[in-house]
Amino acid sequence: MVGVVGLEVHAQINSTSKLFSGSQVSFSSPPNSRVSYFDASLPGTLPVLNRRCVEAAVMTGLALNCTINMKSLFDRKHYFYADMPAGYQITQQRLPIAVSGLLIYSHLGGPKRNQVISKSIRIKQIQLEQDSGKSLHDEHQSQTLIDLNRAGVGLMELVMEPDMSCGEEAAAAVRELQLILQALGTCQGNMSEGQLRVDANVSVHRPGEPLGVRTEVKNINSIRHLARAIDHEIQRQMELLEQGGVVQNETRAFDQKTGFMPEPNLPPLLLYVSGRVPAGLDPSQVVLVDRVKALLPELPGVRRERLVEEYGILPEHSYTLVNEDGLADYFETVVKATKAEPRKVIGWVVKELLSNLNQQNLKVNQSLVAARALAELLDLLETGHVSSTAAKVVFQELWKNPEKGAEKIIQEQNLGLMSDAATLQIICQKVVESHPEEVKAIQNGNHKVLNKLMGQVQKETKGRADPVQVRAILQELTSS
Amino acid sequence: RSGRSPRRVSKALREGRVSATDLCRKCLQRIRETHYLNAYISVTEELAMQQAERRRKLRLLRGYTFMWEPRGILDGVPFSVKDNFCTQGVETTCASLMLKGYTPPFNATVVQKLLDQGAVLLGKTNLDEFAMGSGSTDSSFGPVRNPWSEAVTGGRSSTELGSDWAIAGGSSGGSAAAVASLSCYLSLGSDTGGSTRNPGALCGVVALKPTYGVLSRHGLIPLVNSMDVPGILTRRVCDAAIVLDILRGPDERDSTTVPSPALDCALTEELDLTRITVGIPQVTDWFQDAGQEVVVSSALAGTAGGLPSDLFPWR
Repeated sequence: MVGVVGLEVHAQINSTSKLFSGSQVSFSSPPNSRVSYFDASLPGTLPVLNRRCVEAAVMTGLALNCTINMKSLFDRKHYFYADMPAGYQITQQRLPIAVSGLLIYSHLGGPKRNQVISKSIRIKQIQLEQDSGKSLHDEHQSQTLIDLNRAGVGLMELVMEPDMSCGEEAAAAVRELQLILQALGTCQGNMSEGQLRVDANVSVHRPGEPLGVRTEVKNINSIRHLARAIDHEIQRQMELLEQGGVVQNETRAFDQKTGFMPEPNLPPLLLYVSGRVPAGLDPSQVVLVDRVKALLPELPGVRRERLVEEYGILPEHSYTLVNEDGLADYFETVVKATKAEPRKVIGWVVKELLSNLNQQNLKVNQSLVAARALAELLDLLETGHVSSTAAKVVFQELWKNPEKGAEKIIQEQNLGLMSDAATLQIICQKVVESHPEEVKAIQNGNHKVLNKLMGQVQKETKGRADPVQVRAILQELTSS
Repeated sequence: RSGRSPRRVSKALREGRVSATDLCRKCLQRIRETHYLNAYISVTEELAMQQAERRRKLRLLRGYTFMWEPRGILDGVPFSVKDNFCTQGVETTCASLMLKGYTPPFNATVVQKLLDQGAVLLGKTNLDEFAMGSGSTDSSFGPVRNPWSEAVTGGRSSTELGSDWAIAGGSSGGSAAAVASLSCYLSLGSDTGGSTRNPGALCGVVALKPTYGVLSRHGLIPLVNSMDVPGILTRRVCDAAIVLDILRGPDERDSTTVPSPALDCALTEELDLTRITVGIPQVTDWFQDAGQEVVVSSALAGTAGGLPSDLFPWR
C-alpha cells in the first residue's frame, strides 16, 4: 500500500491593502482597527479590485509555470459563519486567474542524504479570494469574539494534484513553495503567523487500484508538523485497512459545488500584453502580463544551479545554501570578500557557521560572525598565518567575542601558524621516538598511520603546526 | 408659480426672491399637511433647516458683493431620497424592521452629489421593503397612498387614514408621492424592474430610469445588483435631464459604472404641443395574447383626450 497526498495551500498576498477594499493589511493590530465599511459588509458597499493583488497572482502563476487566463471571473461562495459578515466569500471558482502549472521541487535523498532528487507536482489552478476574519472562542463567558482585521485580505489559493506519496515530499514541496513566494515577494510565507496555510488530503491504496477514501489534515503551523501529521495519517489508514476497517471521510461542510453564483459587482478581470491594449483604457486599470514576467526575480531552482556553476560547489551544498534564509547571500558575500576559493569557503559556511547557528537556534541574519569577519579569517588561513585546525578554534573564539578581529584572537591566544623548521623538527623527533610501533607500521608500508603521528604533533602544538612541513619531516624521519 | 420646478425655484433663490430657509420651511410644512400619504419614513427637519440656513447665510455673505456663486443649479433646493439609499447620520431602514435604527456612516454617491450641489435633504421616503414590490404596499411602516387617490375613489377621504385610497405604485412610491404632492422638488428612487417608472406613472410625475452603469450604485442598498439603478423623479422632464447630468459619471467605488457622454442639449420647459411626435407601441399578437390590448387602448383613449385631436386620426 502507498500513500497519496494532495495539498491545498492558501497564501496571504503581501500587499498594503486588502483584495477588495482600501483598509490596511497588517498583522497584530488592535482588534477591528483595520476594517472598512465594505469589510464589515455594511449594506450598499461594493468591492473594488486591488491591482497589486492581481499582479501578485500573475507573478506567482508565471513562476509556477501556469497558463495565465487573460480573462478570469469572480464568484460568490455562500455559507454562514460569524467571521464572514457578508454571508459569502468572493472567490474564483468558474474561471480562475491561472491554471495548469508545475511546482518543481527537490529534496536531499539517497543513502547518505546527499543526493539532490528533483520532483514535481501539478498545480491545478491558482485563484484569488478573500480571507475571513478571526473567531476567538471564549468558553469561559460562552461567547465568540470576532476580529475582522483579517476579513477581506487577499489570498491566493493554490490547488495541487495529489502527486505526492509521503510527508517528506509534502514538506519539501511546501518548503520550495515558501522559497519561491518569498523570492517573488508575493507572500511572506510564514506558516506560524498564518501567512501560508496548508491542508493535506491523505489516502492510501495499492498501486493500480482506485484511490482510497481521503481524509483531511488541517491546522498545521510548521513544515515539520506537516510531514509528521501526514505520515501519521498514512500510517493510521494503512493499519486500519489492514485490520479490515474502513476509512471515514469527514468531509468539510463547505467542500461542495453548490452555493456559488457569479459576483455581479465585479466585471470580468481582463489582462493584457504590451502593444495589444485597446485604445481608451485608463493605464491604471491595465495589468500587462509581459511586464510582470520581466520583473520575475531569480527563482530558488535557478539560483541553486547558478551557485553550482559559478562557484563549483556540490549540488547538495547549493541546496543547503538556498534552503536556509540568507545563507546563500552570506556565502556570496564571503566569496567576494576573500581570496580563498569558493570550494574552501563552502565548508566553513555549511559546517562551522550553520552548526553554530543551529545550536543556538539563530537565523543567518543573527549570526555572531559577520560575513566580512569570516572572510578575514579565511584570508589569514590562505596566507598561512594560521593552520586549518587552529582556524576552527579561532572561529569559535570569534563567535564568543565578535568584536575582536581574527588577527587579534590569533595574537592573544597564540594560535599563529608554527612554521619554524627547527622547532617542528624537534617536536616531530619527539613524537617519532615515543611511537616506535607506529613507525614500524609505516616502514612496513602502512602509510595511513602517518596521519596518527601527524595528529600527535598537532596535539603537542595545539593545532598550530604547519601540516605541510610536519608531513614532510615525519616522512623523512620514518623513511630510514 | 415658481413652485413647480427646481430650475425656476433655483432662479428665484439666486435672485433672492425667496430664501433657502423659507423654501425649506414651506416644504416641511407641506410634508406635515400631507402626512396621511405616508410618503416619508423619516423627516430630517433639524438637519434640513441647518442645511438651508447654511445656504442662506452663504448667499447673503456673497450676495453683497454680487459675487453670489451658487454651488450648483440645485443650491438650496429641497429634495428627498428613497430609504434604500445610505445617508450619513440619517436612519436608513429600507422600510424593514431588519434595518430599523441603522444609521449609515457614509452617503451614497448620488446623495453626496446632490448635497455637493447645495441641495437640502428633507427626509427619507417610503418604499416596498428592500425595494421588492411594485405598489409600495409592503412596507414595515405602512403603505404609501397616492396623492391622486380622490380622483380614483371619488370621495373626499384624503385627509383621513381611511381604507378608500389608491396605491402609489412602487417600489419608489414614497418618492413619487412626495414629488406629486409638492413637498419636494425632486426625489431619488431606484429602479430594478420598473420601481421608479411605475410609481411615476401612477402618481403623474416624470420618472427616469437611467441606463445601468451610468449612475453609481455605491450606497444604494441592493435588490438585484446586476439590474438596480438609482432613479430620478421630478415634475418636469427638463428637470430630470438636469439631475441626470449632475448625477451621471463613473465612480471608483462602484466597479460596474461606465463613462457616459454629457447631455448635449438643454430641454425647454415650454413645449409646443402642436409640434410633438408621440410614440405608440404597435399592438402585436403578443400584446393581444396577454390581454394587453384592452389596457393599451383604454389608456390611449384617456391620453388622447388630453392631447390635441389632430394627432389622433382615429378619433
